[in-house]
Amino acid sequence: MTDRPLLQMTGIVKEFPGVRALDGVDLDVRPGEVHCLLGQNGAGKSTLIKVLSGFHQPDAGTIAWDGRETSFGTPARAIEQGVTTIYQELDLVPHLDVAENVFLGHEVSRGGFTQRGRAQEMARALLARLGHSEIPTSRLVGDLSPANQQIVSMARALSHDTRLLVLDEPSAVLDQHEVDNLFRVIRDLTAEGVAVVYISHRLEEIRRIGDRITVLKDGSTVATGLAVADTTTAELIRLMTGRSIEYVFPPRSETPRDRGEPLLEVRDLSLAGVFTGVDLTVHAGEIVGLAGLVGAGRSEILETLYGARRASTGTVAVDGRPLRRGSVPASVRAGVGLAPEERKSQGLLLDEAVFRNITMSSMARFARLGFLDRGEERRRAAELTASLDVRPDGVTRAVRTLSGGNQQKVVLARWLLRDCRVLLLDEPTRGVDVGARSEIYQLIRSLADRGVAVVVVSSEIEEVLGLADRVLVVREGEVVHESAATDIDEARVLDLVMEGKAVSA
Amino acid sequence: MSEDSVRVERAALETAREPNKALALLRSSVGRNLGLVIALLLVCLVGVVTAGDRFATSANALTILGSATTVGVVSIGMTFVIIGGGIDLSVGAIVALSSVWCTTLATQNMAEDTHWIVMVFAALAVGAGCGLVNGLLISYGRIVPFVMTLAMLASARGLAQIISNRKTQIVRDGAFADFATTEILGIEVYIWVFFLVAVAGWILLNRTTFGRRTVAVGGNPEAARLAGIPVKRHTVYLYVLVGVCSGIAALMLIARTTTGSATHGTLLELDAIAAVVIGGTLLTGGRGTIVGTVIGVLIFMTLNNIFILNNRSISEQELLKGAVIVVAVLLQQRLASRSSTT
Repeated sequence: MTDRPLLQMTGIVKEFPGVRALDGVDLDVRPGEVHCLLGQNGAGKSTLIKVLSGFHQPDAGTIAWDGRETSFGTPARAIEQGVTTIYQELDLVPHLDVAENVFLGHEVSRGGFTQRGRAQEMARALLARLGHSEIPTSRLVGDLSPANQQIVSMARALSHDTRLLVLDEPSAVLDQHEVDNLFRVIRDLTAEGVAVVYISHRLEEIRRIGDRITVLKDGSTVATGLAVADTTTAELIRLMTGRSIEYVFPPRSETPRDRGEPLLEVRDLSLAGVFTGVDLTVHAGEIVGLAGLVGAGRSEILETLYGARRASTGTVAVDGRPLRRGSVPASVRAGVGLAPEERKSQGLLLDEAVFRNITMSSMARFARLGFLDRGEERRRAAELTASLDVRPDGVTRAVRTLSGGNQQKVVLARWLLRDCRVLLLDEPTRGVDVGARSEIYQLIRSLADRGVAVVVVSSEIEEVLGLADRVLVVREGEVVHESAATDIDEARVLDLVMEGKAVSA
Repeated sequence: MSEDSVRVERAALETAREPNKALALLRSSVGRNLGLVIALLLVCLVGVVTAGDRFATSANALTILGSATTVGVVSIGMTFVIIGGGIDLSVGAIVALSSVWCTTLATQNMAEDTHWIVMVFAALAVGAGCGLVNGLLISYGRIVPFVMTLAMLASARGLAQIISNRKTQIVRDGAFADFATTEILGIEVYIWVFFLVAVAGWILLNRTTFGRRTVAVGGNPEAARLAGIPVKRHTVYLYVLVGVCSGIAALMLIARTTTGSATHGTLLELDAIAAVVIGGTLLTGGRGTIVGTVIGVLIFMTLNNIFILNNRSISEQELLKGAVIVVAVLLQQRLASRSSTT
């Protein structure tokens, strides 16, 4: 390992409409090292590696490659210069075989005709180099295990002349044995002088494989080049959680609510392969938060208890009456509403008018013999948008023209109109700018104060802790912790989701 | 063609002085239909120029309308299915099966014993039944609409051939034939039926829960499902609806030809889909108008009429139909991309 950096990124800035995803990131990577990238969800890790792989162009900052300033204009340019990225979502074509996947985009060919035999042979050599010569190169990739698919991705990376390999949470799909094997492969590569940028939420892995660490928070580098051996876990967590933006959360009701009958009762809810044995009780006027990493099963829990996915076991009851399993209309009739995670693709008809989006779940109320009273629809929608301060006003404008925060208000208005009693919110402030967030928080709290039972899922631990009365921590499909929001802090939650030491309070 | 589009632009400019306003108007659903009206007028102009004295008569206008009725009724149903994000290739075959079923000896005997309305119910029931099979297998069997209705296209016509033994079945009921040739206010009863179906379709799409749900289901099925709309059930209704429309079309054909035959409605699905597309309904679902479809049908049938009046061959008609469809879609895409960038 030399100290001369292979890659030096300085002051990288990347803006998207309404959000500054990267705000001055520095990163230097040396040949032959494993450089770990740490940060909470939304800290900017994914954006950074997309800049690195030529997927996004930085708005400011410089990238030096092997001592010379350069730019990775396209993914193809980045690969040409020796940067290969293996994304979390494996980007393989399931209906092509292993060799075809390895050489996808730079097929082994002569005069436009593929040379299948030679491709198979070369793929076999690459797999052997990775210590996986047992993977048959003529198998369809879709038939391989996730771990072996990842090996195929690595083989593809090696089929280019890779000098820097970026691994985005590679261990997420692997079991312990497979992780060991992955680490062996990484060590072999670094011994050959290849540099690795390794992203993971699991601190113990970073301890085993990493050389140096860079910590990102809110789009900027808070620490870079920390030696893994000299940095304590407590120090890392402190770096990841230190605040730069303070959100204003509405105050919780002072006196603990008179807990009558619970409004929402979930017993032993499971979805095969995703989560198991979730118990959850929410009283009227209470906000319960689900914290955990992306992929831990939080959204799936919400969707299953809403009936959008069919539970494999368990019951959901509203007001003591059990809901029909796997039926959204039944849940809606019982007074449950969901504001889904992907607002645009799951929540709204973007080209339709605001009022039509709001009345979508309550059409029966405006219909007589199936005929809609459109004037009444508009009046009610206008009242709601005025009370929620949706801007710009005008209920006939297309929802597409509204900002993220105002679109979220439209979704909430839909359930307000429905007089919904249980509200499920999946990432309620995703894509909502900082200013509008407090408004959304205020709105959620005022709904709870009116007696609605609210369940909030968020990747932002701070949001869950600030907004909810009670918090459930979900890790790999299991609830590992439950307590009052005031009895747990961000560092502890982070510790739970990353290390998974389940201690019930 | 470029001359025509220039004229379209110019006409739009006259209705709204500023170019921006003209564009906005063209983009709105009313404006898009206005564009279609202009296109129809242009087609009529071609008719007047090429076959003046024979084209521009009220008798010829009624001929065009009369020929538009079968396709028209099916196209109304098709508009709903396509707005709802589906497609139905089996409408022509359903027309054939309905026509054969309701002209079998058994049905006709029953009709003689009671009333010819029995035949009407038979045709509608067969149409609805085929649509129900399509809808159930698409919604709950998760078969892609294209494939399911393609299968129905083959099977329904096959069944029609078996039932009719490939023979043309003659309608014997005089009262039915009489009713079918009745004129109300000087206009044939078929044209009234088309008119009524179109009006009912417009009301259904624009003024009812059913119509609103259709737009939601086609525009964003996931959002519709999560909003509590029973998407699968609604999809079944849509195919039943187009099936019933096919049944009505079958009755019209039976009445016109006084026969039921397994060859009725051949390639009707293509004309219907083309008319819907020309009328501005997006094949991806979520957007479309009944008025557009009606004008689309009229444009198509007027073109046919002009070809016939000028003694052009069927082959030439087909060639031009293809070109019209491509131009219509290209124009729509142009407008759609402009509206999404602003």
